[in-house]
Amino acid sequence: MRRNPRELSGLWRKTSRRALLLGGAQVAFAGVLGWRMVNLQVEQADQFRLLAEENRINIRLIPPARGELYDRNGKVIAQNVPSYRIVMVPEDVGDVDAVIQRLQLLVRIDPEDLERGLEEMRRSPPFLPITLAEQVSWEAVSRVSVNAPALPGVTAEVGLTRVYPRGPDFAHVAGYVGPVSDYDLNQLQDPDPLLRIPRFQIGKVGLEAKREDLLRGKAGAKRVEVNATGRVMRELDRTEGRPGADVQLTVDADLQSYVQARLGSESASAIVMDCETGDLLAIASSPIFDPNTFVRGISVADYRALTEDPYRPLASKSVQGIYPPGSTFKMITAMAALENGLITADETVYCPGHMDLSGRRFHCWRRGGHGNVDLQNALKQSCDVYFYDIAQRVGMDKISVMAKKFGLGVKHDVPMSAVAKGLAPDRAWKQRVRGEDWLVGDTANAAIGQGFVLASPLQLSVMTARLATGRSVSPRLIKSIDGIEEPRQNGEPLDVDENHLRMVRRGMYAVSNDRRGTAYGSRVIADEYRLAGKTGTSQVRNITETERRSGVVRNEDLPWERRDHALFVNYAPADAPKIAVSVVVEHGGGGSTAAAPIARDITLQALFGDTPPLSAYPAKDRSRIEAQQDRLRREQEDRDRQERDRA
Amino acid sequence: MSYLEYSVNSVPSGFRKILFLNWPLILLLFSVAGVGFLMLYSVAGGSFSVWAEPQAKRFAMGLMIMLLAAMIPIWFWRNISFVAYGLSLTLLLGVEFFGTVGMGAQRWIDLGFMRLQPSELTKITSVMLLAAYYDWLPAKRVSNPIWILFPLLIILIPTFLVLRQPDLGTALLLMVGGGGMLFLAGVHWAYFAGVTAIGASTIFTVFKSRGTEWQLLADYQYRRIDTFLDPSSDPLGAGYHITQSKIALGSGGWTGRGFMQGTQSRLNFLPEKHTDFIFTTLAEEFGFVGAFSLLSLYVLIIVFCVASAIATRDRFSSLVTLGIALTFFLYFAVNMSMVMGLAPVVGVPLPMVSYGGSAMLVLMAAFGIVQSAHVHRPR
Repeated sequence: MRRNPRELSGLWRKTSRRALLLGGAQVAFAGVLGWRMVNLQVEQADQFRLLAEENRINIRLIPPARGELYDRNGKVIAQNVPSYRIVMVPEDVGDVDAVIQRLQLLVRIDPEDLERGLEEMRRSPPFLPITLAEQVSWEAVSRVSVNAPALPGVTAEVGLTRVYPRGPDFAHVAGYVGPVSDYDLNQLQDPDPLLRIPRFQIGKVGLEAKREDLLRGKAGAKRVEVNATGRVMRELDRTEGRPGADVQLTVDADLQSYVQARLGSESASAIVMDCETGDLLAIASSPIFDPNTFVRGISVADYRALTEDPYRPLASKSVQGIYPPGSTFKMITAMAALENGLITADETVYCPGHMDLSGRRFHCWRRGGHGNVDLQNALKQSCDVYFYDIAQRVGMDKISVMAKKFGLGVKHDVPMSAVAKGLAPDRAWKQRVRGEDWLVGDTANAAIGQGFVLASPLQLSVMTARLATGRSVSPRLIKSIDGIEEPRQNGEPLDVDENHLRMVRRGMYAVSNDRRGTAYGSRVIADEYRLAGKTGTSQVRNITETERRSGVVRNEDLPWERRDHALFVNYAPADAPKIAVSVVVEHGGGGSTAAAPIARDITLQALFGDTPPLSAYPAKDRSRIEAQQDRLRREQEDRDRQERDRA
Repeated sequence: MSYLEYSVNSVPSGFRKILFLNWPLILLLFSVAGVGFLMLYSVAGGSFSVWAEPQAKRFAMGLMIMLLAAMIPIWFWRNISFVAYGLSLTLLLGVEFFGTVGMGAQRWIDLGFMRLQPSELTKITSVMLLAAYYDWLPAKRVSNPIWILFPLLIILIPTFLVLRQPDLGTALLLMVGGGGMLFLAGVHWAYFAGVTAIGASTIFTVFKSRGTEWQLLADYQYRRIDTFLDPSSDPLGAGYHITQSKIALGSGGWTGRGFMQGTQSRLNFLPEKHTDFIFTTLAEEFGFVGAFSLLSLYVLIIVFCVASAIATRDRFSSLVTLGIALTFFLYFAVNMSMVMGLAPVVGVPLPMVSYGGSAMLVLMAAFGIVQSAHVHRPR
């Protein structure tokens, strides 16, 4: 069929027109594409460049080494030691099950850890290392290294673990560290990115927690280039962090160990404080636990055993335990009366064994009474009636002021957990807290350290140090930070008459050195180490009238938790005070029998700097003391051996 | 029988045809393919053998096919266009039954030496058949509704088969390419206005139907549209590809980050970086200058094809050249729009640059036909 050329040329013109139209539209669309290129690549280039960098660059933290803890002589209390963990990079392993099976022949892997590791492996990309076992011994690491060809993708990594080489001795002072928890994160409100590292170790209790700011240090960072799946391609640069500060404590580690050992398994606590500087030389509380078990991760059973123990090993009794101070409070009552000019040293009070106040009868601990007693005798024999009497004259508010002056009812700034404030009550306090009027009987109870008065062993040692020096000594736990000495806490002179202090000190000297003193049984006969102290026995129950009539039940016949607390405070040497000591034995019975002997041993140990010579003790005690010293020495040797074996 | 066969004497013969090839077009194809080799070398991390070498071999093979096709007179191609169309439909049906599932859709037939995507072939054969149809159809019938039914069938049968794979992108390309052929052939304006109106109302209905009982598209298709409209709504999920692609493009800036220095592609933030998203690597490493140069090369190819089409008096030659140019345009326009966030993510490669056999060979064969039309045009 031959086409009509006219028709054909008409079609050709039409097609050409439309071809130009469509071609033009195509070029126009290409123009839109070009415009979009300008828009993305020129106008928004900076913004997209930034996004590309954010994609590519990841910041990885380098955890700093935690600051270490030393005692006053430079002995290590807490340190970081290299620890090994076995890690596996799944993508290099190949047959995971077979390799794990082989690995289990070489290293003990906790089934729980293994399960967690495998779970992690399923969730994360295959190039991220999975931790299979932590805190692995060097021998196990060697075994793994030797067998490396059979264990593709398995390597040992080195990290730092917190170790407390003195075991339980510093459990409450240093505390311990543990992996950061969600609770910690909420509690701390700390923006430090280190806390976002899983299982990062932070201080949980004690100094470790209180001075976390010093010990943690500052994170370093490295910038790494990562690909889309997060694999690190190379390190771009790094900024070094700052390691945590090394902290030196005022505590003497050897003395601390001795005091802990001397307290033994009693539910007791003791403080040794330098009278002059306020340095805390020993802060002991027993029974105790090993903080290393917390770092490693304590088992549920062990933890329950600690929490359910009636002796409360987890409580730091020396700073957080508060007790009625009992007769150890009598120096405060005496000072209040003396300072207010209400008594003189010679003035006597007649003690018939009891005193009647607003219809209630208040008993002296000695049923038969002490007869006529002056201040020195009242302290020496701990006559309760004398203090009932003078307290009535002074009034509670002035006693409370005096108590606070001597550091009772005041919170001392010691970087340990749950430092107790105690209580030095006054009239306003009772009205405010209990909504009741202060009664005459309340003053009588408070005068002998019962009733509302509460004090911690730390506060009692501060009180004793202040009585001994006449200065407002405050406790100091940190000696230096990174070698820079912290200010001493020897304090301003207390605004009290030196003569009045001397009268009270004479009474305290008599307690420990006079034949009729309550702590004469725990005296020291070496002149240069003589003690001046005060016993205290504080009731934790009310003795009823019927019980009094039928004869008070003896402590030994009571169940443990209803027995009296035994307390003793002292300073020594009596003529030139160097240290102040307080001892509290919970439900220990009498202060003179349960607390004073401990305080004497601790004092001698502290003053002598080692096991004291037997000649310091009264002759009849020597054989018993020698046996005790031998026992403690053997125990110490056992502990040292165990420590060496572990290291 | 067309005008052409009476002018056979004016057509060059034998090896003299080589002199009459559209050499600028060949040069442009070489340049574009060269850009492709360079980028494939780069995304392979500096390795020639991974993608660039097989791609170069395919290009060489495509070049031979093109020259062979160029030597064969254009009327031969017109005469076999019906057979070629039938063959490609058969292959498309073959995919339905014997195809390999890839990327969630049936698209390939394994021929042993290469994996053929019949849908690519169909784009060209339907253009050929439409060109032949309008070459045959008398001018006065072009806009006659009955005579429009046949070209509609030619377009819709493969579209339907491709949609079943499912491959929405190729289906749309087939429809737009076919529609373009109708437009070029001279079908009356009113038809296009009508189709546009119907299309607009369909889109409206599709969106209205969402979430109702008579929902027209599958949920994943709606999600793709959502992602396209607002990629930042789901930056780590479905919007990830578009977002990362835009970051790569944008971070290139004026002159790019340097050859083999593109962090987005080197660190695998880009998906399908050697196929559909290869343009992003080019734009990241060579910046606006590189990206715009490639766009210019593409536009020049279109311009040369249109010029060649207008230069010939033969209706089949002209229509087939324009149709192939349009198909080529749709490839790069849709691909670039997609990676620049102007269109939803549909699987369309960047022509002559993306790694892949079917598209490269089919396009080279198609340009062979364009060359044949150019060589055998009446003078």
